[in-house]
Amino acid sequence: MNKNWWKALAVLILTYVILQGMLGVVPRQPILNESIRNVYFHVPLWFGMITLLLTSAVYSIRYLRNGRFDDDVVAVEFANTGILFGILGCATGSIWANFTWGEPWPNDPKLNSVAIAMLMYLAYMILRGSFDDEQRRARISAVYNIFAFAVFIPLIFIVPRLTDSLHPGNGGNPAFGKYDMDNKLRMVFYPAIIGFTLLGVWITQLRVRYRRIKAALDE
Amino acid sequence: MGESVRQMGALMRKEFLLEWRQRYALNGMLLYIVSAVFVCYLSFNARRGQLTPIVWNTLFWIILLFTAINAIAKSFVQERASRQLYYYTLASPQQIILSKILYNTLLMLVLAFLGFGVYAFVLGNPVGDMPLYLLTLVLGAIGFSSSLTLVSGIASKAENPATLMAVMSFPVILPLLLMLLKIAKNALDGLDRSVSWSEVGTVLAIDAIVLTVSWLLFPFLWRS
Repeated sequence: MNKNWWKALAVLILTYVILQGMLGVVPRQPILNESIRNVYFHVPLWFGMITLLLTSAVYSIRYLRNGRFDDDVVAVEFANTGILFGILGCATGSIWANFTWGEPWPNDPKLNSVAIAMLMYLAYMILRGSFDDEQRRARISAVYNIFAFAVFIPLIFIVPRLTDSLHPGNGGNPAFGKYDMDNKLRMVFYPAIIGFTLLGVWITQLRVRYRRIKAALDE
Repeated sequence: MGESVRQMGALMRKEFLLEWRQRYALNGMLLYIVSAVFVCYLSFNARRGQLTPIVWNTLFWIILLFTAINAIAKSFVQERASRQLYYYTLASPQQIILSKILYNTLLMLVLAFLGFGVYAFVLGNPVGDMPLYLLTLVLGAIGFSSSLTLVSGIASKAENPATLMAVMSFPVILPLLLMLLKIAKNALDGLDRSVSWSEVGTVLAIDAIVLTVSWLLFPFLWRS
């Protein structure tokens, strides 16, 4: 078991989530029907993305504080995985929206906010690409990463809540209210958040190790 | 406290002097916004009052956004690196970024009011609640300059500042722009002011976040 227990946990949880998602009993809701199963995949991906991007920002702050080069590598890989989760979240959301709202990309503030956030992090990657000097790249992109996260928070949490949205939890609706979720859903939904976040950390860990080995080989 | 205010004043004075000595840059910006407005006017080929309020409002803010990006992009590339190093030995980085933001705010105010004047002159002025619309312009000037100044500092360190400036600032500025568009639209329709206060609050909150982050992060930026 030692220190790899969380990887086993991630595999176990995700197997459980996928089985429940495909075969489990779900409440019947008007309009949503069977598509409510997507709540196990779509929503945890967003939670995972926010956690990953937060971690990325934290590592950028750490880099600026102590200047250890490794922290910058970790920050960029967390941001990369965050972008991957964001794209997957958009894809699962698109499928869901196609069946419940009638079109794959309705003009909804939350969707647009996320698209803007993706643009912001892609700009972060482009910024990284435009430096030759490693020290400069690490420092300046860390500054932008923190700045981007500070703008990302109002973009995701405040702006959609001020306007009307199709999502639950917007335009004054309570998020995850008593009406939407019953206990059976929660039993799968909460572990799913943990499972997807752990999966993201795992992917990031592999990428970081790959980078470290590559850096060591280059020297 | 008094000392740092005096230093800020000196830095601001330096910015004004610099701008005044390189008048072509300032005149260039003024001409930029006037010609952008005129290009839009001719492209739509609209007579006064023919644009719908939504188009009228959005078009104006897009012009203002591009002007802001162009005007603020030059705030760090105007001076040579050696001279910037000299300033950094004289004043603290926080004072430098604050004086730059303040200066850019004033610049944006001039550009926004001039742009609005020309725009309203050629395309007609359907604004219902003038004081609120002008307040939106002021809020916009503060917001644009506070979020774009740090981005321009970041971009100026990179290889191709112009592209990077645009790529990095569009997503960063969008939440602010959407809120401003909404307040401006409310003012345009002459809605009751109580409708707009929550958005004004949000804009001020975003400004506060961006200002604080700029203040905290700029020292790390100039050290490189």
